[in-house]
Order: sequence, then structure tokens, then C-alpha cells
Amino acid sequence: MKPAPIISFKEVNKIYSNGTVGLKDINFDILRGQFLVVVGLSGAGKSTLLRTINRMHEITSGEITIEDETISDYKGQSLRLLRRKIGMIFQGFNLINRSSVERNVLSGRVSYYPTWKTICGLFTKADREMAVRALQRVQLADKIYTRADELSGGQQQRVAIARTLMQEPKVILADEPVASLDPLTTKTVMDTLQRLNREDNITVIVNLHSVPLARQYADRIIGLRAGELVYDRPIAEVTEADLNEIYVAEAEKA
Amino acid sequence: MMLPEIPRRSWSQRWHVKGLVGTGILLVLLVASSRMTGVDVGMFFSNFGQFLNLLVRMSSPTWSYTAVIIRPLLETIQMAILGTTIGAAFAIPFAVLSASNLIHNRFLRGVTRLFLDLVRTLPDLLLAAIFVAVFGIGSTAGVVTLAIFSFGMVSKLFYEVIEAIDMGPLEALESVGASKITIIWFAVLPQILNQFVSYFLYTLEINVRASTVLGYLGAGGIGVFLQRSLNEFNYSQTAVIILATLAVVLVIDGVSNHLRRVLL
Repeated sequence: MKPAPIISFKEVNKIYSNGTVGLKDINFDILRGQFLVVVGLSGAGKSTLLRTINRMHEITSGEITIEDETISDYKGQSLRLLRRKIGMIFQGFNLINRSSVERNVLSGRVSYYPTWKTICGLFTKADREMAVRALQRVQLADKIYTRADELSGGQQQRVAIARTLMQEPKVILADEPVASLDPLTTKTVMDTLQRLNREDNITVIVNLHSVPLARQYADRIIGLRAGELVYDRPIAEVTEADLNEIYVAEAEKA
Repeated sequence: MMLPEIPRRSWSQRWHVKGLVGTGILLVLLVASSRMTGVDVGMFFSNFGQFLNLLVRMSSPTWSYTAVIIRPLLETIQMAILGTTIGAAFAIPFAVLSASNLIHNRFLRGVTRLFLDLVRTLPDLLLAAIFVAVFGIGSTAGVVTLAIFSFGMVSKLFYEVIEAIDMGPLEALESVGASKITIIWFAVLPQILNQFVSYFLYTLEINVRASTVLGYLGAGGIGVFLQRSLNEFNYSQTAVIILATLAVVLVIDGVSNHLRRVLL
């Protein structure tokens, strides 16, 4: 049986207020449990594509559905509930530097609480234990009371992943998660994402610059060029020449 | 090996024309403003003797006077602490509403900032005169004056701090599905706390000094004694008051430096 799509893009367009085309006629489905890698040059629209999924960016026209529900009408509470099931990892980690690792991880859980409880720090014992388990999964349980800015880049990104795990997400979006890491820590972070994909069946969508990395981890690769979907193949059919073309065609034009 | 050619600077860059012209304009402005306002710099030097005379009379402080001023000095500190705390507490929500990176509604931000500008325009002496008339002579008038004065000043300092924070953590919290207030609490507050404390203490220091002046208008504290000693030409007492105030300012400064180190 073919698994059902968890996310669908239908005729999606995004034009920025200054007239720049962000996304153009995007049509595709993402299957549940897929490890999807998006490749393309800087400015091709990878970040925009990712951020339309959790509504950090709005689209101009078209429709995005997640688990068969149109997301564009969500507002306030329903938008927060949408974001709760979609974790996000950033290139710059985006941890709260002055706060402890524990507090950073717990901040991934705030959407399960009313605002006043988050402010008073009234997290349940179960959730505090969950934070410890999340840190154990990224092998950082011993750093729980360390300040976030005392960790190395790779460790910070793993804390960010633990924060995302607290959301119990169905989807993880990772925007250039390893762009500022060295090759060794890159492997740790990508392996962690792969493990979550395989063990928890979380759908993972990663923006990457590196073609070798994309080929190593992806189930499927899509390519963007100037906001258009120009490439979409399962990993078994991907050839080196294809991928070079995504980059080269663009480079020649420039 | 040939060195790559270095681009040549133009004549005006080599002679720093911009800097020199800027300095020149500044000097002209200074002289012109002193002419227009009738400030006579010469007078400052010709009457310098009188100033020295005053210093000499202040150079023998009557230390026994310290016992008398301890209580009003404490009252001044209490007034300053109360006024600064109340002002700063009210400043926080207004600072948030004025910060362009948190509030995207330009109208709301504009109205808040206009209000803050208005508050800052009111001189503290005018405020003190009004509140002495309203609450009568005493420290209540002083505290209210200091609270409003600190509110205006602190809210501007605070929103400038907020506008300089790293937006990354806010983006992360937003993507988690946090509410606006939770975002501010988790991602903004830790980034600004140490600078808030530092500005709070700076304002406290200013308020200790300001409240000595407010005492002139009957707003309580050490100022009453400062005024009395000056009226009686009792400069040896004035000296004690100034030294005592200096001691308080030094203590606040020390606490401020310490806290900033600890909270960094």
C-alpha cells in the first residue's frame, strides 16, 4: 500500500511585497515518513518553501494541506497547534544563549501549556523527565544544567533537536542545519535526524547545500531553481549528472 | 613577485577633509552659540578666584554634621529606590510596545513613542513643583516625580535594548507554537535582563542626585538640608552633604558593576 501524503502543495505561489518571486507554481506531495532533501542555490526559495509549511511565511496563492487540512485559514490557537506538530531546526541553532540547556529544551513544550503556566515555569514532572529523555537521545543528558552558549556548535544543534522532540512533532523542518558545522559534527546531526526519521517515523524535510550529503541521507531529492520545482526523484533514480545540472544551469545563467 | 596594485586614495581622503570640516563646523557652532546666548567665557576665568574661595570654605567639612544628615540621606535613597522601581516597572510594558522588532503595528508603536516623548519632555523640576502642589510638601511628591522621570528615561533605554536583541530564539519559539507573551518571557527577557538591571541602577544613581535638587522644592530628602546649608552660607556643611551623596553614588556604582559581571 502506498503511504498517504502528509503534506501537499497545490499551485503554490509566493511573491514578496517588493515583487521578487519566492515560489512559482509549486505542486508536489510529501509522503508520511519520508526523508526529503531540498537542494538548490542560495535564493532559490528553499527557505521560503520550508517556512510556508509552518506558516512562518505566508503564500500569495494556491493551497497547502497538512494531514488533509488546509493550513491557510489557521489563526491564533489553531495556528499554534499546527506549529506544535511541526518541529523546526535552524542554521543558526536559535537557542536562548543565556538560558540553561534544560530551559531551552523545555521551551519546546510550551505550546502544551496555557501562557501563565509557562511564565511561572510550571512544567509537569512528566515533561521534565521527557526533557531528560530527549537529551539522552541526542547524547547530551550530562549537559542539562549547562548554559546553552557554553556548548559547541554541534552540541547546540543537538539541543535544538531535543527541543523539537518535546513538541512530539509529526514533521521536522531543517533549514540548512549543518551549514555552520564541521564535517564530523555534520555527520552527528544528520545521523540524529535520520534516526528520528526511521525510529519515530517523523517526516523530515531538510534544506541542504551539499549534494553528497543529500545523496547520502535522502529518500527523495527535490531541486529548486528561482522558485520553481525543477527536479523531483526518489533517491534510487538520482544521478550525479542530474544534480550537477540543478546547480550548473543556474551558475551559467548568472 | 609583484605586489597587486593598491587602489589610491583621493586627495580629500588623504587629508581627511571630512573630519576636519566636521570639527571646524562644530567649533563655529560652539562659538556662535556662546555669543548668541551671551555666555562670557572670559568671566569664568576672571571670577575663578571666587570659585576657589568657595572651595576653600568647603574644604573643612564639619564631620559632626554627618549624624544629622544620615536620616534625610536614607530618606533620599528610599525615595530614589521607590521612584525608580515604580517607574521601571511601568516602563517595561511600554518599552515592549515601542520596540519595532516586537510590535509590527506602526500606529500602536507611534502612539506609544509619542506618549513617551511627551513624558520625557516634562522637566523633573516642573513635575516636582506640580506634585508638591498636589500632595503637599514631603516625600510623596518626590517619589511620584522620580517615578515619572524614571519611567520616561528608562522606557527609552529599555526599548533600545530590546531592539538590539538576537531575533533567532524568537523565531524558534514562534515555530514551536508559543504565544506572544511566552515568546517574550522565554526568548526576549533572558537577552535583556542584565542590561535592564544595569540601566535600572544607572537611573537609581541619577535619581539619588536628582532628589537632592528636588528637595529644594520641598519634595523631601537630603535636598532640604542642602538648601538650608547653602542659604546659611554654611559651606562646611554643604561639603558633608556632597561627600555623603558621593559615597551613596559610589556604592550604587559598585553594586551595578558587580551585578553586571554576575548576570552577564
